[in-house]
Amino acid sequence: MVRLPYLTALTTLFSYGILFVFGHLRDFFRKIFDWSKSNNLQGYAPICLGYEDFYTRRLYLRIQDCFGRPISSAPDSWFDVVERYSNDNNKTLHRTEKTTKCLNLGSYNYLGFAAADEYCTPRVIESLKQYSVSTCSTRVDGGTTKLHTELEELVARFVGKPAAVLFGMGYVTNSAIIPALIGKGGLIISDSLNHNSIVNGARGSGATVRVFQHNNAPHLEEVLREQIAHGQPRTHRPWKKIIVIIEGIYSMEGELCKLPEIIAVCKKYKVYTYLDEAHSIGAVGQTGRGVCELLGVDTADIDIMMGTFTKSFGSCGGYIAASKEIIQHLKRTCPAHLYATSMSPPAVQQVISAMKVILGEDGTNRGAKKLAQIRENSNFFRSELQKMGFEVLGDNDSPIMPIMLYNPAKIPAFSRECLHQNVAIVTVAFPATPLLLARARICISAAHSREDLIKALEVISKVGDLVGIKYFPVEPVKPNKVKHLKKIE
Amino acid sequence: MALAMVNVTASVLDWASSYFDAPTRAVVFGVPIDGHLVVEALLVVVILFQLTRKSYKPPKKPLTEKEIDELCDDWVPEPLTPQITEDMTYEPPTLESAAGPHAIVNGKEVVNFASANYLGLVGNEKITDSCVGALEKYGVGSCGPRGFYGTIDVHLDCEQKIAKFLGTPDSILYSYGISTIFSVIPAFCKKGDIIVADEGVHWAVQNGLYLSRSTVVYFKHNDMKSLENKLEEVTRRSKHPEKVRRYIVVEAIYQNSGQIAPLDEIVRLKEKYRFRIILDESHSFGVLGNSGRGLADHCGVPIEKIDIITAGMGNALATDGGFCTGSVRVVDHQRLSSSGYVFSASLPPYLASAAIAAVDYLEENPSVLSKLRTNIATLFNELSDVPGLVLASHILSPIVFLKLKKSTGTGKTDIDLLDSIAKQALEEDSVLIATTKRSSLDKCKLPIGLRLFVSASHSESDLLKAAASLKRVAALVIS
Repeated sequence: MVRLPYLTALTTLFSYGILFVFGHLRDFFRKIFDWSKSNNLQGYAPICLGYEDFYTRRLYLRIQDCFGRPISSAPDSWFDVVERYSNDNNKTLHRTEKTTKCLNLGSYNYLGFAAADEYCTPRVIESLKQYSVSTCSTRVDGGTTKLHTELEELVARFVGKPAAVLFGMGYVTNSAIIPALIGKGGLIISDSLNHNSIVNGARGSGATVRVFQHNNAPHLEEVLREQIAHGQPRTHRPWKKIIVIIEGIYSMEGELCKLPEIIAVCKKYKVYTYLDEAHSIGAVGQTGRGVCELLGVDTADIDIMMGTFTKSFGSCGGYIAASKEIIQHLKRTCPAHLYATSMSPPAVQQVISAMKVILGEDGTNRGAKKLAQIRENSNFFRSELQKMGFEVLGDNDSPIMPIMLYNPAKIPAFSRECLHQNVAIVTVAFPATPLLLARARICISAAHSREDLIKALEVISKVGDLVGIKYFPVEPVKPNKVKHLKKIE
Repeated sequence: MALAMVNVTASVLDWASSYFDAPTRAVVFGVPIDGHLVVEALLVVVILFQLTRKSYKPPKKPLTEKEIDELCDDWVPEPLTPQITEDMTYEPPTLESAAGPHAIVNGKEVVNFASANYLGLVGNEKITDSCVGALEKYGVGSCGPRGFYGTIDVHLDCEQKIAKFLGTPDSILYSYGISTIFSVIPAFCKKGDIIVADEGVHWAVQNGLYLSRSTVVYFKHNDMKSLENKLEEVTRRSKHPEKVRRYIVVEAIYQNSGQIAPLDEIVRLKEKYRFRIILDESHSFGVLGNSGRGLADHCGVPIEKIDIITAGMGNALATDGGFCTGSVRVVDHQRLSSSGYVFSASLPPYLASAAIAAVDYLEENPSVLSKLRTNIATLFNELSDVPGLVLASHILSPIVFLKLKKSTGTGKTDIDLLDSIAKQALEEDSVLIATTKRSSLDKCKLPIGLRLFVSASHSESDLLKAAASLKRVAALVIS
């Protein structure tokens, strides 16, 4: 939970206020100067009317160089960031040929499969030569290869459900599955901090959508009781079905969801549950099976489990795992299965190899080592940051750590200063987070070694002092404390 | 008698006037109390009394906890998915090799007409080599969205290459074919805007139109007269033309019917009524036009007149992903407000390098386009007399669409008939053909049929074999 001190809130509002005032002044002068220039739209309405893109033009463009930084190598623990320059005050950015080697604290590379791997890459290249880059066809026409069926069985076994179906992109999985499961006359209750793909899928389905407070099982129970008792709006007919949608790890908070309580509430009221494990599959849990394993929930209690392969498996695509009947139904009605090009075969092979490494079926124990490494790394990093006095969100064992910045001026300051010291950090502001709660988000990977983390901590501490984001008191260093530098190689 | 009445009235009036003209009876607190004051005081008292009475409303009784408990216990939800019956289970054919013109299905070699591999780039040596290089350098996935270190230099190179090839200022890459169009439309069309769309557009476009919450008007499939009528109607009814954005959404080659949109007509109408065009070129990029630049090249329309062009790269370019081009303003706007671009991981780098290699190949070998055109013409000719089926696609379209001459009555029996034709063609003659499958969420009403995707790498014998097989099987099944 974020504890926003009053003084910080006031200063942040004041900073945004100044930015808005300056933005409006500049707009005003722009209108005066453009009055003389002829309007060459000739009867068309402009693409953005009035103040729709005010935020983009006046606030985002000033700090545009902190986002969208191109890289020219694999997104491994160290990568090459391309340098960019601007001639017109950040409105347009141009690439140069020069690159800087930086420590990567921003990519979703939880188990270190992002770069070429000794087990996965030869197999991927072999499958590329056998099945070529793409099948150019949908899954139902002629795009199903042996690799796809093999991966579906493997995913079902890994997640712990009877059957699974694959899709080529995680975002499309959510947007196209939810309309196939529920339609008009149904109710979707989703967590207030759910991802944009779930929001789009819920909107596209035509069902009524209600929101419950983030991770708050008593509030969910209250909302459910009220909705079931009153029925559909205005007609008061009973709801056809109700689905509750939650995520395993919330990517902007780094928190795990309170799964046992929420599942208990859902079972009591006979509603269906949909769990989105985009960030947690493969990254948490004793054997990497996700948030169910970590929190001790039986997978049979959750109706539909969704996940993506982009984060922990270093590939692309998404999957849905559920009972055999649901999967059969989805294969017949889901538009993403019937109309979209099937997943690229080399990407499928990458997931198969990565899953085999995690399960230990490749004959080594690299998978178990990677899982232990990421857990160690996350817990170490988080505790050190908290000791330094930063405000860090998220639970233990979660590899995502947001550090609160709040003030809009600190966002570019933190980001640019860290880049000068060769550490690449991701900063997030409105509209991905609420206006006052800007943050820097760190993603730990199993590929980071202990030295990398210590260097990162040094740099972040120095920059944090410069920028002034150590909102909490620093823990006093206890004398004669022996630090255990346990490294698992 | 009358005199007596007059006297009585006069005396009453005298009494009344004397009463009212009498000097004031009392002086209370310096205020003389007249008769009318008493009446007014009584009125005020009555008004105040009525105001303090509660107005009549039926009493509100909220549900008690016990009642809510009972309602929750009584409520029975529908099952999440309907029951699966035996005939609903359908297993698609599983490929055991690359999806080229000849593929291996279930151990047998078949002629493959189910892959939209128009230029024959599946299995091309140069593309495979560039992918191997990219895989060794970048790994498979890009592990992040475009805004957070997911932008790799091959993405930027690919965007510039496509923009240069088409002649537009800039372009933007998406990570999946169908997510392109349903992210672009809501980025530009908001509530209150007007869209005129063809009724035969595919599901992804329909989803984009639904998510945009604009007013959508459909016109008859590929009918320019109907389009003109609808544009006229919409312009007449629209109140603030300067504040409302208006778009026409069409596809270059419709994948539900194989028709080609007449772009020069549409551009003429767009300029007359002041609309913008969103054109989906998934199946025409790399196919139509003398150099493969798409529908604008084919119809001789300058590319600047089309405002937004989107395309999926999973067809002619034989990779995955999609792109969108237009003016600089159009492309820049999407970098922050298109949900499929901002909130999703970027395209895997090896697919972007495959796209660059594919566009290079197309620039260097424009003869592959004429080979494709000859193949389409041959197949079209051969299939013009299949018993029971009639050709419904355009003569230049690489999607050759056959629909039933006479429907059997219900949609279900039609689908079963077509499925059995495709099944027999695969098992007996080793020809892999696709039937159109419609999702229950799809609102398109165009008839279903058989689709053959022609490729430039099909040989003449392949085409003749497919035509002969279809004629034989159709004669058997439709009798």
